[in-house]
Order: sequence, then structure tokens, then C-alpha cells
Amino acid sequence: MTASLHPSMLFFAGALLLWLLPLLGRRILILLVPVAAFLIITQLEHGTYFSYQMLGFDLNLLRVDKLSKVFGYVFTINAFACFLFALHLKGRYEHTAALTYIGAALGAVFAADLISLYLFWEIMAITSTFLVLARKTERSYRAAFRYVMVHIFGGLCLLAGILLQINATGSVAFEGFTLHGLPTYLILIGFLLNAAAPPMNAWLSDAYPEATVTGGVIMTAYTTKTAVYTLIRGFAGWEVLMIVGCCMAIYGIIWAILENDMRRILAYSIMNQVGFMICGIGIGTAMALNGAMAHAFAHIIYKALLWMSAGAVLYLTGKSKCTDLGGLYKTMPLTMIFGTIGALAISSFPFLSGYTTKPMIIEAGVHEGFFWVWLILEIASAGVFLHAGIKFPYFVFFAKDNGLRPGEPPKHMLLAMAFLASICIFIGVYPQPLYNILPYPVEFHAYTFEHTLNQFQLLMFSALAFFMLLPLLKRTETISIDTDWFYRKGGRLFVQGCDKLFNGLNDFGDRIFVQKLPGVLSRFFEDPARSLQQHGARLLAEFTGDERPLAKRQTDIDHRTRNLAYPVGGGVLLAVLFLAIMSLFFFL
Amino acid sequence: MDPEKNNNKPEVWTWFDHPRNIKRLKIGFYIVLVLLVLPDLFIHKHTLFSSIEAFPGFYAIFGFVACVVIILVSKLLGFALKKKEDYYDR
Repeated sequence: MTASLHPSMLFFAGALLLWLLPLLGRRILILLVPVAAFLIITQLEHGTYFSYQMLGFDLNLLRVDKLSKVFGYVFTINAFACFLFALHLKGRYEHTAALTYIGAALGAVFAADLISLYLFWEIMAITSTFLVLARKTERSYRAAFRYVMVHIFGGLCLLAGILLQINATGSVAFEGFTLHGLPTYLILIGFLLNAAAPPMNAWLSDAYPEATVTGGVIMTAYTTKTAVYTLIRGFAGWEVLMIVGCCMAIYGIIWAILENDMRRILAYSIMNQVGFMICGIGIGTAMALNGAMAHAFAHIIYKALLWMSAGAVLYLTGKSKCTDLGGLYKTMPLTMIFGTIGALAISSFPFLSGYTTKPMIIEAGVHEGFFWVWLILEIASAGVFLHAGIKFPYFVFFAKDNGLRPGEPPKHMLLAMAFLASICIFIGVYPQPLYNILPYPVEFHAYTFEHTLNQFQLLMFSALAFFMLLPLLKRTETISIDTDWFYRKGGRLFVQGCDKLFNGLNDFGDRIFVQKLPGVLSRFFEDPARSLQQHGARLLAEFTGDERPLAKRQTDIDHRTRNLAYPVGGGVLLAVLFLAIMSLFFFL
Repeated sequence: MDPEKNNNKPEVWTWFDHPRNIKRLKIGFYIVLVLLVLPDLFIHKHTLFSSIEAFPGFYAIFGFVACVVIILVSKLLGFALKKKEDYYDR
């Protein structure tokens, strides 16, 4: 079949059609769109389609190769699960935003040139903001505002980079970048911002947890993973990404451990997992890139599953802080089981999806002899189990019982979770179908006895550390400062600082030059001769140390000035002196 | 179960509330830990970077130490980074 339909078009058309259909029709539509898009992607043949002309450049909206197809598959599979999860929503607003957002993400993945990529990139930023706004709380409005501002900044970096790149190379093609210079660095910053790399990471943990129950689930997959795709496409093998990835992996863990809000914990674990992928992109060998892609695939599935279980808890209890939750296994055992499957999958527990994908990245690093990469990623692997694998299910479903008895979520939510959980198990047990769709041949065997044993040891002893140090991990009703401090608090401090400095300066100037000085001057010039004499008398008194004649002299001066009782000779003397000085100046 | 609860109320599981079950879980957990390290004594292990990795239970110790370090580091960072929930509203 030739490409007569762009997968994104279905989503955009669906978003429009949504406003014409009744509730039942809308429900069928949102499930049908991802399925249809998935089927179209399976039928796409490699090549580029949908050419158009803009600004004198030949642009292509649809580039089909193995790399874009992998992301196309997982985006549509995940979209189906997310819409199944969101089936209870009656309004059109959120679904429209979600459909456009996912459509734009697919568009970005299939775009063959930088200009189309940029257009879809910005549509994603804007439409995803509505998923935060739809929460309709004061906090979410503010978070959405910060979210969109940060993404506009990232978008502008990207745009500047793209324009400079086109100027430098004359080509709009989106291929691997070879030029190291300002244009590509700007593009890299734009991509890394969407991948939530520190220090441009705080938008993720700031905005996602403020999104709606279903919006949060949907957002987790697309923005960061589109960024991962673009990094694979453009920056494979750039060493700096190894460092960025390692930092992200550790950063995510530490902040997740400090966090109290369950969805914020999961937001930080996105950072941690994307760190693994970016590290793989930095290594840049065929195996590492395969690993990054496979891990992105597995990650989208189990992360959506985790967010669904957290979302179900939030939907039923209205609470998302670990200090308010706990003991929920008692009435929502199925949600607990699905959530735990997701938590174990993210920890790359053997026989679940993370285990057949993440070690591929680590092994690729080992093949290249990067000791530090191996060390940090292994530490991070242990840490993932700590913060997402145990902490999330433990504090939400077990731990201290806070007396919440919500019951299970609606059936469609359970179905969506069961669907994703079964994919997690399927990829974990039988990863071959996933390996087959990867761009490079896979020479990796996850299930050797030794490797599996090592992984079990690593994870179970991490669990031991968790339970032994449980008192140190006690939840507190706090938030943790992240880099958003700089624009949330720092911005305010800047304004306050400027206020203090410049308004202070203004006040000072006002006091001295407007209030004090004119008074002093006018008093002086009221009668300069008297003022001068008075001052001279004071100085003389201070100089001699004899204060006694001062009062008398002053009254004399006052008296003389008031009555104009100066001897005439004095005036003449002054005039002569003045002339003498002037003539000196004149002749010298 | 409480007889006064009506049928709409969800079923309540309390398995993890019994100290006896927790104790069983703990014992099971410790047995699993021992069983995981035991095979290391008998098999020949491959190493990636250093011969230390062949030491029996290397990954067990690695995982444990890594987690302890992560927890301690984040605890320390927590003193500086944790703020009251209304920090940004003030």
C-alpha cells in the first residue's frame, strides 16, 4: 500500500470530528483512531511521502524507516490504552487536546525535515498545556503557565538552531548532525529541554503531576520520548550525551526519593529512565541505539501503566501525597497488582519488559569499555528499584493505613491497565517481536543464568537496603527545590532585589536631593554672608578649642547682618581682595 | 467483616495487617536473599572490568551499598532541598 494516509491526519481529523459526535460516538472514535493509525503504520513502506513546498524548500511530512516506525507503533499502542483509560470523560475538551497532542507527536516522529519537525514540536507544546489546564485548579493554571513558558523557550532555541543550521548547510533535511557548532548546539538544547535533561528538567516534575488524572497518563509518553527519537536521529554517538544521560539517571533517583507526591515520584522516574536512553544514544553503537529504542518502547508502556495506577488512586481518593495514602491494597488489590507489575518492569525485574531492554544499553557501554558509564548505570539500576520499584507501591498501597477505602476504579481503567501489564509481561518473556522491529540486528541475550542471577541479587539486596533504612525514608509533608526555583523563587527574588536596590536608590536620592539639600541651600543662600561668618566662627571655635566666645560672636554676627551694620571699610577690603585674586588668575 | 456494611462497600483485604503474615514474608525474603547468593559459590563468573566482580555475591553487595549511598546522599541533600509545601506561595 502506498502512503495515502498520514497517521497524524487521523488524530487531527478525530479531534475535529469529536465536536460533531454524541457521547457514544466519541467513545468509539477515540478508541478507533489509535487502532486505525496503528494499522496504517504497519502497512507503511519505507520511503518519504507527502512532499510539499514551503519557503522554497522541499519538505516531507512522512519519512518511513525502521526508526520512525518503532516510535509510531508504541505511540499508537499507548494512545489506545490511554484513551481506554480515559473513556469515562464526558467532555470534548481534554480528548481534543489529547488527540491533537498525540497526532503532533506522531507528526514530529515521521517528519523528514527540520521545518515540519519544528511545526509539530510547537503544536505538541501548546496542546499538552491544555491537558494541564484541564485540571482547573489554581495550582494547575500556574504550573501550565510555567510549562508553556519553558517550552516556548526550548522551541525558540530549536528554531534559532534550525535557522542557523539551514543557513550554514543549505539543507533542511533532518539527518544525523555532523557539524559541531552553535547551530547544532542550539538544536541539541531544544531537544534536551524536551527530554527533561538537567538543568532544564523542572518543567516535567512541575507540570505533569498537576495535570488531570488522564492527562498525566497521556503526557508521560510523548514529549520526552519524541525528544529521545529526535536525539537518536540527530545526535547518535555525541559523547556529551553519555554524561547528560548519567546525570539524569542519578538526578531522577535522588529527587524521587525526596518527593512525597506519588505522581511527582513517577515524574522523576521518567527523568531517570530517559537518562538511560540518552546515555545509550551517547554511546551510539548499533547495540546502544537498539537498546535506547527498545527501552523507550518498554518505558512508554510501563510508565503509562504506573501513571494509570497512580491516576486511579487519585481519581478515587482525590489524594496524591504519600503521607495521605497507604493501605490501599485492602480495597483496590487489582490496581495494586497492576501498579506493582509496572513498578517491577521499570526496575527491570527479570521476566518483565525493562529487563529485556535496559541491560542492552549497559552492555553496549561495556562493549565500548566505558567503565564509568557501566558503574553509574548499575548504581542507577539499583536506585530505580528503590524509588519506583518499591517506594511507589509500598507507600501508596501498603505502609501506614490512612483509612481510605475507595474500592476498585471503573472497569475500563482496569482493562487499560491489564492491557499494558500484559504487554509488559509479554515483552519481558518473549522480547523477539520487539527486537525484530528494531533498526539493527539484535545480538543480545537477556536470559543467561549468570546475568539473571546478578540482576536478582542487585534488586533484592536493594530491597533489603530499602527496608533496613526505612526510618530514613519516612515521608514528610514537604516539597523539594528543583531547578524551577530559579524562575519561581529566583524570579521573584530578582524582582524584590531590583525593588530594594533601585527603589532604595530612588528613595535615597529623593531624601537627599529633593528634601534635604534644597532646604539646606535655601537656608544658606537666604543670607550667605551671615552663614559664611557663622560657619567661620564655628570653625575657629573648634580650632582653638575655646567655646566661650562662640555664642557672643554668633549674636554679634546676627546683630550685624540684621541691621546691615558692617563697617564700609570691610566691604572695600573684600572688593579689593576679590579684584586682586581675579587679576592674579588673569595674568598667570 | 462488619455486618453493617452494605453491599456497595468494597471488599476489604487485610492479609498484610497480620503480624504473623509479615513475619512469614520476612522469613521468605531472607531465604530468597540467601538462595540468590548461594549459586555464586559454585559457578564460574565472567567479569567485565575487574576481577572483583567474580567475588561471590558481588552484585548483592553492589546493590546494597549503592542503595545505602543513594539514600544517605538524598537524605543529606534533603536538609537543603526540602521545603514546606507553601514555600512557593509565600
